This record gives sequence, C-alpha cells and structure tokens, in this order.
Amino acid sequence: MSVKQTIELPQGNLDSGNMLVNIGPQHPATHGVLRLLCELDGETIVQIDPDIGYLHSSFEKLGEFRTWNQIVPLTDRMDYLAPLMYNCVYVMAVEKLMDLKVTERCKVVRVLCMEMERIFSHLLWLGTTAIDVGAFTPFLYAFQERERIYKLHEAFTGARITTSATRIGGMMADLPEGWTDQLRNFVETFPETLDEIDSLLTRNGIHLGRTQGIGTISGSDAVNAGFTGPNLRASGIDYDLRKDRPYYDYETYTFEVPIGKNGDCYDRYLVRMEEMRQSLKILDQALRRLPGGPINVDDPRVSLPSKTDCMNDMESMIHHFKIVTEGVRVPPGDCYFAIEGSKGELGMYVVSDGGEKPVRWRVRPPSFVNLSVLPQLAEGHQVSDLIMINASLDIVLGEIDR
Amino acid sequence: MTEGKVSMIEAMVDVFGSAITGSEIQCGDQQVVHVEPSNNLEILTWLKDTEGYDYDLLLDVTAVDYGSIPGVEVVYQLWSITNKQLLRIKCALPEDSLKIRSVADLWGSANWLEREVYDLFGVQFEGHPDLRRILMPKNYSEGHPLRKDFPLRGRFSREKQTELALKQDYEDYYSPEQLEGFGQRSDD
Repeated sequence: MSVKQTIELPQGNLDSGNMLVNIGPQHPATHGVLRLLCELDGETIVQIDPDIGYLHSSFEKLGEFRTWNQIVPLTDRMDYLAPLMYNCVYVMAVEKLMDLKVTERCKVVRVLCMEMERIFSHLLWLGTTAIDVGAFTPFLYAFQERERIYKLHEAFTGARITTSATRIGGMMADLPEGWTDQLRNFVETFPETLDEIDSLLTRNGIHLGRTQGIGTISGSDAVNAGFTGPNLRASGIDYDLRKDRPYYDYETYTFEVPIGKNGDCYDRYLVRMEEMRQSLKILDQALRRLPGGPINVDDPRVSLPSKTDCMNDMESMIHHFKIVTEGVRVPPGDCYFAIEGSKGELGMYVVSDGGEKPVRWRVRPPSFVNLSVLPQLAEGHQVSDLIMINASLDIVLGEIDR
Repeated sequence: MTEGKVSMIEAMVDVFGSAITGSEIQCGDQQVVHVEPSNNLEILTWLKDTEGYDYDLLLDVTAVDYGSIPGVEVVYQLWSITNKQLLRIKCALPEDSLKIRSVADLWGSANWLEREVYDLFGVQFEGHPDLRRILMPKNYSEGHPLRKDFPLRGRFSREKQTELALKQDYEDYYSPEQLEGFGQRSDD
C-alpha cells in the first residue's frame, strides 16, 4: 500500500442539474424538528417534501390507556407554546359529552387562560419570525413579555410549560391571591411593548420586502387547503370560532376579528398583531366580570367530596374512593368540540363507550393541516423565502407529530 | 336549527337512497350521518357543491377502531363557512376490506389527513395521489399503531426495534430516482 493516495475527481457530466437539499431536522429556522427535503434549481424551489414525525409520541394511543383526567397532562405537551389552551379544550370536549355545565367563575377563568395563551403563542411566533428575517430586537422584546406570562403560569399552576391546569368540571385550583392584579398589570403595560415592536416591523422596509407578496394564497384555495385561524383570515375569509360557533359566552365580549386581504406573509403578520390587541380587550373585559363563587362544579360524577365529609360519613368516603380509584365515567357517545386556537381551529374528538377510559381521543391539529400547504405556497420561491413562509404559518411540531 | 338539519337528511335520502344508513344527533347539537363507504365520494361531493349546504371546509378526517366492533370507522368533520353548520359523516369499513375512495381531489386538506389515517389505521384510500406513511418512519414494519389489537409497546421486542433502527439505510429515506438522479450514491 502506498502512502500516496490519489484523489479521484468526479468524472462525467458536471452540468447543473437540480439539487437535493435537506433543511433540518436540526435547524432553528424550521421552528422545531421538521425536515424539509427540497429540490432546488439554483436558488429556486422546484418541489418540497416536508418530513414530519420526529417528535411522534403517539399521544392518541397513550390516551386510550389512561383515565379521562389523566389525559390532561398529555395535552399540554402537544403545544408547548399555548399549553393552557390545550388543557382547556380537552376538558371542554369531555364536559360537552357529559353534558356538564361548569361554574360561571370557571368559565371566565378559562377565557382568561385561553386569551393569555393566544398572546403567549403569538409572541413566540412574532419573535422567531422576526429573527428569521434578520430583526433581532423584536425577539428580545417579545421574549421579555413572554417571561411575564411564564411567571403567571408558574404562580397559577406551579409549572412554566407543563401546566396541566384543568380538570373535568373545573380547574386544579382556584386562582392564587393577587394573580388577577398581576395579569391586569400585564394587560395595562403590554401594549407599550407591542407598539414598540409594531414600530420596528410594520413599516420596516426590509420586513416589507421580505413579506409582501410572498407565500400568497387566495381565499378559496385557503379554504380548500383546510387553513384555519389567522392563516385563513389573512386570506380574507371571515371564520373565527369565537364568533361563528361561540363557546363560553364569547358572543357577549366586545372584540373584532381582523381580516386580511392579500393572503401573503405580511397579512398573516398584521392579522396576528391585531389579534393580540383584541385578546387584550377580551382579557380586560374578562377581568372586570370575573365573578366569585366556586371554581369547581358540584356534580357527584366528577367532584370529590370535601375532606371533612370523608372523615365524617361513610357515603362520602366511598364516593371519594370510587372517583379516585376508578376515575370519571363518561356516557357513551362521541363529541367534536373545537375552539379558536392560537394557530387555527383546535378540535378534540372524543369517543366513549361509557367506560373510565376513552375509546378514541383525537386531536384536530391546526398546525398539521396548515403545514401541509407549505409545498404549494413555497414552490417557485427562493430558499430564503421558504424560511419566511414556513415561519409565517406558525407551526408547532409537538402538535403536528403528537 | 334542527329543522334545517332534518330537511337536509331528507334531501340526502332522496338523492342517495339506501346509501344513507342512519343519522343521529350527538351532544344535543351535533349532526351525525352514517353513510355507505362505497358512496362516500358522491355524498361528500354533493354536500360540498349543493347550493344551500356548501360544506366547503373539511376540518378533519380520522378513524375510530372500537375494538368491540370489527373494522374501522372513518369519520369526516365538515363545516360550512356560509351557513355556519357542523356535520359529521361516518363510514364503517368492514375488517376484511379496509378501503375507501380518497377525497383528496375535493379538498387539499384531505391529502395529509388521509395519509395519517392510512399510517395509523391501515385504511387504503383509493385514488390518493401520494399514499405513504407520514408520522411513523417510512420503513416501519410493525403495522398500524392506533388499531386496538396493536399493543402499546409495539409488536416487536426492544432488541428487534433497536436492531431495525440501526439497520436504516439511504433507501429508507430517499427514493431510488432521487438517489440516482441527484448523484447521491456515487459508489454504485
């Protein structure tokens, strides 16, 4: 064997055919463990095949082996950017199937949670999307504000991300003392930061150039593709579950639904910015109307008797024992319940045969359906635009892969 | 609310006759219609295109394996943006023929949703443009995880699963055309 090794140069045709490029799965610009297999003609995208499933944990299968209340912790692990929203929609679906009416206080507390999470999720989207097109400052501003919501999570549930705050028939606990004051403080001071971010991006020449006319989709195409949430509304279709299929008295809150016109990345940005302001309006109204009274429903099917009762009479003791050991029982039937999630229509489809575990628990994943449109949106654009289009869809891979 | 729904069911029965096998209301206000799987495409096309119903948004395609009943039930969730109506269509597939026609030509959103049902339940969607696994790995050979007869830990032992994971190859991720066409496999 000789020490000298010849380097073989590739022979034959070196013409410039299409190139196959992997983006991700470990890349910050894919916003999660997403792999995009791109066929490129120079800088231009010919074809994309998104490859998902890297975070697949089979939550839906796991759910079939857990009691109804034990599923709650699985829900916040799906969308770790808006965990309380997922906690809420799951129990709301089960309560609808059980025909269980939660207390007035619980309703308003859940509205507070859901609207807070909308801001929470949109802020992460705003920061990471801005950083994808080179604007670093909005990212820092947005994350500073998110930190305040993290603190609210922590004060309420004891956890920053894995909140698991809801139970069938109520919440795991009532709001701690002083929590609403902290939230009110956030509602009052946050618009200032939002205005600052707005002034950095909305009329910024570079941002406009990177977003206007990029990733355009018409209203009818968006409906056909299954777009929901801000992505659909950016294309000019007025569909918001809080108005069209109201739940939790949303029809009594005063707020507007921002509608876009062009269906491009810039409109998606504008719609989300305005949604945050509208969420603040809802938060303000909900804080004003937050009633007193119990947070958990008094229904023997789901609620535990008080400790004093358990210690004093036999029936309460047995009742307590049965609920803890067997779990809640849900009547046979199926129910599809959806809310206006931060990313689109977030639905839960639960099927029960009357037992203590679900037969099927299905999540209607908004990001999953939104991401499936990416190939259609990005073809013909450049690679750098692909990053912007992907960011503008606001996906979360935990929920796509489930 | 219910009157409009009743007349819609009647209209469906008028047009499709015995293909509509039943209807019910779940949870007070959720309309469910059971249809024959062999007529799914015609019925969904009719619901989408008929004036006055306009179920233009396909929210979800999923399936349920009840365990107690053999076979799989495919479930479509529809929403009409103009009429603000929700509708659930169910097609029960017998165990020996888990196939149904794809609606991917009607709604773009059905493409990935049907792929997911195929991946997790093993339902064949005939006429689907690109029916392959989506959440599980492409070379996954243990079956379809959301079926009730699939054990929670998988069919294979841990050793076998590790062995298969380590044996993965280029071909599991790229089609032969991609490998040939783009010169990734220079050693052959």
